[in-house]
Amino acid sequence: MRKTTPSHDFIRGIWNENPVLIQMLGLCPALAVTNSVVNALAMSAATFFVICCSSVLISTCKRFIPHEVRISAYILVIATFVTLADMLLQAYAPVQHKALGAFIALIVVNCMILGRQEAFSAKNNVFRSLLDAVGTGIGFTIALVMMGGFREILGVGAFLGFPLFGPNFEPWVIMVLPAGGFLTLGFILLAMGYFEQRKKTRAEAAAEASS
Amino acid sequence: MSDQGLFSIFFSAMVVNNFTLAMFLGLCPFMGVSARVETALRMGLANIFVLVLTSTSAWVLNTYILETVPYLRIISFIIVVASLVQIVEMVVKKLSPVLFRQLGIFLPLMTTNCAIFGLAIFQTNRGYGFFQGITFAVGAGLGLTLALVLMASIRESVEFSDVPNIAKGTALVLIIAGTLSMAFMGFAGLS
Repeated sequence: MRKTTPSHDFIRGIWNENPVLIQMLGLCPALAVTNSVVNALAMSAATFFVICCSSVLISTCKRFIPHEVRISAYILVIATFVTLADMLLQAYAPVQHKALGAFIALIVVNCMILGRQEAFSAKNNVFRSLLDAVGTGIGFTIALVMMGGFREILGVGAFLGFPLFGPNFEPWVIMVLPAGGFLTLGFILLAMGYFEQRKKTRAEAAAEASS
Repeated sequence: MSDQGLFSIFFSAMVVNNFTLAMFLGLCPFMGVSARVETALRMGLANIFVLVLTSTSAWVLNTYILETVPYLRIISFIIVVASLVQIVEMVVKKLSPVLFRQLGIFLPLMTTNCAIFGLAIFQTNRGYGFFQGITFAVGAGLGLTLALVLMASIRESVEFSDVPNIAKGTALVLIIAGTLSMAFMGFAGLS
């Protein structure tokens, strides 16, 4: 494995290997609950809590987990923290808990969390696992809030519940419906592909000019 | 206990609230194994099988064990799903090694397939009984298969078409999925 610096562990999850936009992990919550920014934030907060806690716990206990049953052990740890998150949300944010419904429980099967445990926490120390988890969590939050923002602004004409465009705005209802989720992510990826390609073409042009 | 009719549960799970296209469950195999119709169909059938087993075990757990300890629900469901997937994996490996190779990583990944875990959770939240649960599972499984096969057939036909470079890959799949999902919205009036 390549040696990395702690700051690289942190940045990687946010940008270079953004779980949703680059690695296509955790798509289920990213598409299902992003019909408003508030829901996206609540979901991100719950996921953030779960990924940080399980990363710390798993990297602490990695010596005691037998290699053969490690996946089951990770899943159990994650499930425990999801149960905690579920109860905490129910107690302190009952409105969001109701809006997210079964999708809180579905954090357990978010491949992103299990992926980070297997790929990182199981091999690295507590501090770096925490950095990695925080980075991944922030990357997830950025992607979700971005999608929630697009969908809420276009589909309802509001941001965080505040109307933006005045009474004559005709909401683009499809964006808050399931189809809008697929389309929004599709178009975000298209835009990313466009910038990526432009960067590459420019780099090639620069290389040609200098040679 | 819910008193919803069996047919309405079946139809709602299959098309109106299609697991993949309306509820975004089971997206990993939807993106991953939808390149060939043949594989997609088999993946769908394997899914139906696991879904029905999950529904039955979730019902047993709920009725006889979890009454007294509802906070253990998430943990016990995930254990049941994980062991079921393990069993199915062994069965498939024994009966059809070819299919086992085709499905590859997506078979063990069924453990973290939201559709299967989601089915158990939704079934519990809605208070379905035994037969309602089975109907729900079959409907959801057929819905998944339908979505997978539709997606695979579209992808097979766009494979050689001339799309812009930036749209190749996931972006194109997502936009096709969005269009399919829009088509499925037409069923919304039926519920």
